[in-house]
Amino acid sequence: MATKEIVTANAGLDPKTGEFRVIAQGFSFKSVTQKIADIVLAPQGTLGWLMFFSIAGSVATLLLVAVTWLFLKGTGIWAVTQPVAWGFAIINFVWWIGIGHAGTLISAILLLFKQSWRNSINRFAEAMTIFAVVCAGMFPLIHVGRPWVAYWMLPLPVSMNIWPQFRSPLLWDVFAVSTYATISVVFWYIGLIPDLGTLRDRAQSKFAQFCYGVFSLGWRGSVRHWMRYETASLLLAGLATPLVLSVHTVISFDFAVAVLPGWHTTIFPPYFVAGAVYSGFAMVLTLAIPLRKVFGLEGLVTDRHIDNMGKVMLATGGIVAYGYGMEVFMAWYSASHWEYFMMWNRMFGPMGWSYWVLIFCNIAFPLTTLWSRKLRTNISFMFLISIIVNIGMWFERFVIVVTSLYRDFLPSSWGTYRATKWDYMTYIGTLGLFTTLFLLFVRFLPMIPMNEIKMMLPSAKVKEKAEQAAGAGD
Amino acid sequence: MPVAVEGIYGLVAEFETPSELVYAAKAAHDAGWRRMDCYTPYPVEEAAEAIGFHKNKVPLLTLVGGLMGLCAMFTFETWVSVLAYPLNIGGRPLYSWPAFIVPAYEWTILFAGLSAAFGMLALNGLPSLYHPLFNAPNFRTGATDDKFFLCLEALDPKFDLLETRAFLESFTPNSVVEVNY
Repeated sequence: MATKEIVTANAGLDPKTGEFRVIAQGFSFKSVTQKIADIVLAPQGTLGWLMFFSIAGSVATLLLVAVTWLFLKGTGIWAVTQPVAWGFAIINFVWWIGIGHAGTLISAILLLFKQSWRNSINRFAEAMTIFAVVCAGMFPLIHVGRPWVAYWMLPLPVSMNIWPQFRSPLLWDVFAVSTYATISVVFWYIGLIPDLGTLRDRAQSKFAQFCYGVFSLGWRGSVRHWMRYETASLLLAGLATPLVLSVHTVISFDFAVAVLPGWHTTIFPPYFVAGAVYSGFAMVLTLAIPLRKVFGLEGLVTDRHIDNMGKVMLATGGIVAYGYGMEVFMAWYSASHWEYFMMWNRMFGPMGWSYWVLIFCNIAFPLTTLWSRKLRTNISFMFLISIIVNIGMWFERFVIVVTSLYRDFLPSSWGTYRATKWDYMTYIGTLGLFTTLFLLFVRFLPMIPMNEIKMMLPSAKVKEKAEQAAGAGD
Repeated sequence: MPVAVEGIYGLVAEFETPSELVYAAKAAHDAGWRRMDCYTPYPVEEAAEAIGFHKNKVPLLTLVGGLMGLCAMFTFETWVSVLAYPLNIGGRPLYSWPAFIVPAYEWTILFAGLSAAFGMLALNGLPSLYHPLFNAPNFRTGATDDKFFLCLEALDPKFDLLETRAFLESFTPNSVVEVNY
C-alpha cells in the first residue's frame, strides 16, 4: 500500500500505528541519563545562557522598580479608578494563574488518563506552573493597597480579633491559590527527588554532590520506596485534578458572584477553566519549542508532543469559543437591557477593538488552522500560534474586566481605562521574572524526568524467563 | 544455622536488565529470603511483587489527612462565622454552610496532598542521607542510572557469606559485591 511506504520512510513515525513516535528510536537507559543530566552537569553554551539570563534579569528589575514606586505612592500610580476599579492587576493575575493550569493538567490529569507521552514535557510544564503562580500571586498582594498588612486576609487571631468573611469569593481565592501553590510545589519536588539522586551520583564537584545529595534526601531507588512513591504520585495527581478545576472556578466566582452585566453568568467556571488550559498549553509550546531546539532534545520532545498539544488546544479552544458564543446568546436571550447594551458596547463601543483582537487570536486564527496535522507539526507555525493564543487569552481577561466595567448602569458615571507606564512595567517585569526563574530551572535542575522516560523505553519491559534470550539463573 | 556477619550489611548483585532482576528476586523470595530489597533506576512493579511487597499505607494516610483538613476547616469557618465574629449581611443566616464548602474543600486537598507526600517520605524512612549501600563501589554509578540491584541482607537468618554469594552468582549477575557498614 502506498501509504504504508510513506509511513515507514519517516523515522519519526511508528510503522505499527502510523502515529508519531513519543520518543525517538535508539535511546537506552544510559543515553537518557546522559542526555538529560549533562544539560545540568556538563553545560554547554554557558555564555549564551548568561546573556539570556542577564536580559531576563534586567527585565525582572523593572518589576522591582515598579513595585517599589507602588509601595511608596500607593495604587494611585495605576490606572485603576472608578468606574474601572479592577485593571491590569486582576487581568494579569487571572492570566498567569491560567498559564499555570496547563502544567497541572499535564502532570496530573494526563497521568490519570495514562497518557504516557506527557512524561517528556511534564517536569518543565510543572516548573512553568510554579513560576506562573509566583507571578500571579504577586498581583493581588500588591493590589491590596497596604501590602504590609496583606496577612489580614489569613484567618489569624492576631489581626485585632477581626476574622475574615468566609462567604466572600475573594477569601475563597486566598485558600484556592495558596493551596494550589503549595500542592504544585510539593508535587514538583516529589517528582524531582529520584532525578536529584541521579544528579548526586553523576556530579563531579563536591559542592554539587552535596547540594543534590541533600535535596535528593538520600534517595536510593529501593523498589519498596518506588512503590510508595508511585502511590503518592498517583494520589497527588488525583488530588491536583479537582484542585486545578476548583482554582479557576473560584477565580471565576470573583466575577460571576458580582451582580454585573458581563460578569454575572453561570458559564464562567467551565469557560475559565478551559481558557486557562488553552493559554497554558500555548505557554508550554512557547517554552518547549525553543528548549528542544537549544538543548537538542528533539528525540525526547518529539513532533508527537507538539501535535498532541495542538490537539488539546483545539479542544479547549472549542470550549472557549462556545463560552464566547453563549455570552453573546445570553445577552440577547435574557432580554435584559443592561446585558444587551454591555455586549453591544463590548463589540462596537470605543474599546471594541479589544474584543476583535480576542476573537482573532483565540478563535478565528487558531481554530481554523489547528485542524491540519501538517500545520500542527510545523514547528515555526506552532510557535507563532502559541504566541498569538497567549496574547488572545490576555485580551480575553482584559475584555472581561475592562469592557464590563467602563460603561455601567448610569451614563453619567461612564469612563474609560488607559493603563499607565507603571501598569505596563509591572506586567513586563513579571514576564522577566518568569523567564529568569525558568532559566535558573533549566540550568540547575533536570528539565525532563529521567525515571519516567526510562519507564517508556522498550528495554524497560520485564520479560518472563522463557522469553529471555540468555539462559540466566540456575 | 548460619550466623550474620559483623560489619556486613549484605550482598548486592548487579543485573543488566530488569527481567534478570525480577527473575532473581522471585527465586530468592521463593527460597525463603525476606530481608531483601531491589534497587532500580525507575519503578519496576514486577520487582516489588517478586519480593512480596504488595500494599502500602500511603492511601490510608492520605485519606486520614484529607478528612482532618476537611473537618478542621469546616469547624473553624462555622466557629468564626456563627460564634466568634457573627456578621449580619442583609439578614442572611449565620450558619451559611454552602459558602463554607470552598475553603473546606481546598483544605481537604491541601492536607491530603501534604499527607501523601510527607507520609510517603516518612514510610520510606527518608530523608536519610547515609545508607550502607552507598558504600558498594558500583551502586552509586548504577542504581540511579541503568543497572538493577538485588540485595540480600545479613540480618536474614538464611544469610551466609559464601552460600549467599554462590546463590546470587547462580543468576549470572554482572557482579556480586559485599556491602559494608
